[in-house]
Formats: sequence, C-alpha cells, structure tokens
Amino acid sequence: MPNKKAVSSLYRNRRRPTVQGTLIIVGLSLFAFIQVYPFLWLVLFSFKSNDEIFGGNIAGIPHTWLWGNYSDAFLGGKVGLYLFNSVLVTSFTIVLTLLVACMAAYGISRLRWKLSQPVLVFFLLGMMIPIHATLLPLFIIFKNLRLLNTYWCLILPYTGFALPIAIFILSGFMKAIPLEMEESSFMDGASVFRSFFSIILPIVRPAMATVAILTFLSAWNELMFAITFISKAQYSTLTVGLQSMVGQYSTAWGPIGAGLVIGTVPTIIIYAIMSKQIQDSFMTAGAVKG
Amino acid sequence: MHKVLSDKRIILVFMLPATLLFLFIVIVPIFISVHYSTLKWDGIGVGKFIGLGNFQQLFTDKRTDFYEAILNSLYLAALSVFIQLPIAFFFARVLASGVKGEGFFRTVYFIPVIVSTVVIGQMWLKIYNPQYGLLNSLLKYVGLGKLSQEWLGNKEIALGSVFVPLIWQYVGYHILLFYAGIKTVPQDIIEAAKIDGASFSTITFRIVVPNIISVIEICVVLAVVGSLKTFDLIYILTNGGPLHATEVPTTLMFNTIFHRIDYGFGSAMAIFIVLECLLLTVAIRGFFGRFDYAK
Repeated sequence: MPNKKAVSSLYRNRRRPTVQGTLIIVGLSLFAFIQVYPFLWLVLFSFKSNDEIFGGNIAGIPHTWLWGNYSDAFLGGKVGLYLFNSVLVTSFTIVLTLLVACMAAYGISRLRWKLSQPVLVFFLLGMMIPIHATLLPLFIIFKNLRLLNTYWCLILPYTGFALPIAIFILSGFMKAIPLEMEESSFMDGASVFRSFFSIILPIVRPAMATVAILTFLSAWNELMFAITFISKAQYSTLTVGLQSMVGQYSTAWGPIGAGLVIGTVPTIIIYAIMSKQIQDSFMTAGAVKG
Repeated sequence: MHKVLSDKRIILVFMLPATLLFLFIVIVPIFISVHYSTLKWDGIGVGKFIGLGNFQQLFTDKRTDFYEAILNSLYLAALSVFIQLPIAFFFARVLASGVKGEGFFRTVYFIPVIVSTVVIGQMWLKIYNPQYGLLNSLLKYVGLGKLSQEWLGNKEIALGSVFVPLIWQYVGYHILLFYAGIKTVPQDIIEAAKIDGASFSTITFRIVVPNIISVIEICVVLAVVGSLKTFDLIYILTNGGPLHATEVPTTLMFNTIFHRIDYGFGSAMAIFIVLECLLLTVAIRGFFGRFDYAK
C-alpha cells in the first residue's frame, strides 16, 4: 500500500519541529511582543515613582512597587468615580439596547405586516452614518432638554447607535426559528408577549450575547460624545475622566499609569473570560459593517 | 390562527421604542446637520442662510486647512490598505496554516482592539515623550541617540508618528477577519496542492486569495471608512497639531464647532465626511464587484 507510506510521511513532517517551524514561532512571538509590550510597560511604570522613571529606570522592573499610585489614582484622581459611572452608563445601555432591539427584531422578523422589510433596511442605514454628523445636533438638543451632564445624554445616543447592528443580528436569528415553536403556545392561548419572553428570547440568547459584547465595548470606550456632553466630574465616564485625570497629574507618571490600568482591567478580565465569544462577535460585526 | 401576529396594536408596541430612539438619535440629527451646514451661525441667535456657501469655502479658502485634513485621512487610508492589511493577511495566513498555539496568538494580537483608545493614546503619548519616553530611551540605549526626536512635536514627522499607533491598534482586527476567512477555504484543495508540490506563495495567491475576495473587500471597506472617520487617537495625541500637521476632517470639524464656535462651517465638514464615506464605500464595492463577474 504505497498510499499509506505517503500519508504517514506527511504526518511525520508535521510533527517534527523543523527549522522553518521554529522560525515561524519566533516571528509570531515577536509580533505578539510588539502588540503586548506597551501594555506591560504601562503596568510597570504605574508602580514607579517619578524619581525612578526620570532617574533612568524607564523600562525596567520597579525597584520598589509603589501601590500608593493606585490609591492616588482611585481616590485623588477620582478614577473610582469614573469607573462607577462607566459601569452604570454601560450596563444601562446594554439592557436598554437588548430590550428595545429584541422587541424590534421580533416585530420585523415574526410579526406580519407589509412594511417590515423596508423598516429593517431603514434601520440598517444607520450603520452607514458616522456618529460625527450627529454630534452638534445632539449637543443642541440635549442642551435644550437640559440633559447635558446627566447619564441619559450618553445612554440614549449609545443605545441609538447600537440599535442597527443589534436589530440586524437579532432579527436574523429570530427568522431562523421555526414557526411551530410559537404556534403551539398560541393555540394554548398564550399572548404574543408571553411567547416573546418565554419562547423567543431564550432561543436567541447567543445572539443577545453578541449584541451585549459589541455594545459593551463601544459604550465603554466611546470618547467623542462623552467629552462633548459631559463637563462635570460627577457624571464623567472613564474615557473623559481619564483625560482630565491626566491633565490633573500632568507630570506624575505613576498615578496616570495606575489610572489607565484601572480603566483597562475590566475589559481585560472580560476578554480573558470570553475571548472566543468576543472575537466571534467582532467577526460578525465586521461582516455586517464591511 | 396567526391573527395575533398581524394585530396592528401589537406591531406598534414592539416597533415603537426602537423606531423613536433611532429617529431622534440618528436620523433627525442628520437632517438637522444638513440644515446647519447651510447656515452662517456662531451658535448665538439664529443662523443666516447662505446655501452652499460653507461648502464652497471648504474647498476654495486655503486658510481652512480642510484640504490638508482630507489628504491626511486619505494617506492614512492608503497606509491602512497597502501596509496594515498585507501585514495582517500575512500573519493570518501563517496562523491559519496550522501553527502551534494559533488561538493563543490570535487572542493576543486582538488585545489592542478592545482596549479603550484613551488608554492607548495616553500610553503612546508616554512612549513618544521626548525626554523620558520609551522610544527615545530605547534609541539611546542601543546607541542611536542621534535619532531621538520630538515625535509628536516636530511637524515633519508628527503625521507618521500618529499613524503608527493607529495601524498598530487595529492590525489584530484584520488578522482575525482574514484568519476566519482563510479557515473557510476548503482544506482538501490546499492539501491537494501541497501534494502536487505547490509552494506556500503559490497556494496563497492562487488558492487562498481568490477564495476570500469577499473578506478582503470587507477589510478594505473597514480600513478605508475607519481611516476617514478616525478621531479619538489623533484628538488625544496631537489634536491636529503641531500647526495642523496631523489634522484630519473629524478633528478639524470638532475644533471648528466647539473652539471656533462656527456651527455652520463645522456642520458642512460633518456632512462632507458622511458623503465621503458613502462614496468611497460604493466605489470600493464597485471595484470588488468586478471580481465577482470574473468568477
């Protein structure tokens, strides 16, 4: 059996570490280093004193680990407050987006009306609109409604701009659910709302997770609306807050670094727990937006 | 039986919240922006209607720097398409060919994508710091102290310095998209080509690339539109300076509206950005559409 020989030699080639294979791993590791090293450097200098940083130890391990930088940033730099605001605004945005988008997706994909497809297209147009073009009008609208410097002036636009992709993903998922799933419950006299909450929503949970991930990252990291609509520290989210903390500490690198690390830790923790889902969500988003 | 699914009131209840939010947050402001772009207005009182005057000024008045800003964003788009995407494709191709730890590398490469741009921007400000920054220290350490620079303060090189972190931050996203695309190419075709003695590059250009044209199209659209809309990182690093050397349309728009308080002129810039993005998306799609016919 000559075939068997050829096949087994293929396998052997794959298993034995070759020069080429080693070079590939070295190259990939080098690139990983480039992508990650700046963050490690940030973490290292967040523990240093200015004497150390300006005295020549810029890239090395801290001689003394200065945890005080973290309490400085958290309390003195108000990063604790900004963290709280970001958690509040982001979680509200996620809940509101999921609720409103699930309802609309249900309306578009399962309820029977003539204009459902045009309405879906209408929502999808929103993905083509850069948020910059709405900045000034929203600023003026929120000013007139006295909503500047509140949580709502962030939650509302974050939700509004999260809706198109959320509705697209959710309605695609809901369309795939066989009609029979709901039919039997209608025959038993269940209402549409009952069917929506207890049959449809549990099935589309994976799609809801994707929407939640995308909404979390865009709301958590958003800067332009936040710096425009929020000028009081009391309502500042992390992105604005960190910017003003940097101004406040200007030359004290340690507390600045600590503040930046605190702002990043939640994202990294979530990424560590569900990196697969996060990457999948971005793939979906890329395919939809591109 | 399905009467309940076509009940007008129920449809209204399900559709109303999203529709209202979307209308008032996204759609109505766009039209307001279009309206503002036709006004001469400093935000006080009522603006004066001047038709397309703002747009005319955008392209004829040299003092506005808008032309340079557009050029800068187009440079970035070109750099993104011709440097960032090939790098990303190369790493994705190597990863997808079955290397040990491919998932690990993909996950690590993606980290800068999810970290807040404020953190990335502040971090790079420290890297570029002329006196104590990582970059200049590194150069001194390896004996290239002569090359140390005011990376963001020198108007000759500031633009390049701003582009590096932008490319660095999102390269992992494109690696991910390419990787997923390459993984969908049927493995037996690649294996068959390998047995026939095809080289890595032959397989790449004859089999992989033609099979993932649609993914390449997605990446090009994202890279170009992303470049035209880029704001956060440049706002943090230089805010368009020094002397407008790193200005892009969004930073210019932001500063025109909120610092020079020229609402009409700034809105014209905003509308221009919208149209520019739409136009280029359509153009790229048209360009890639020709490959579909070739198949």
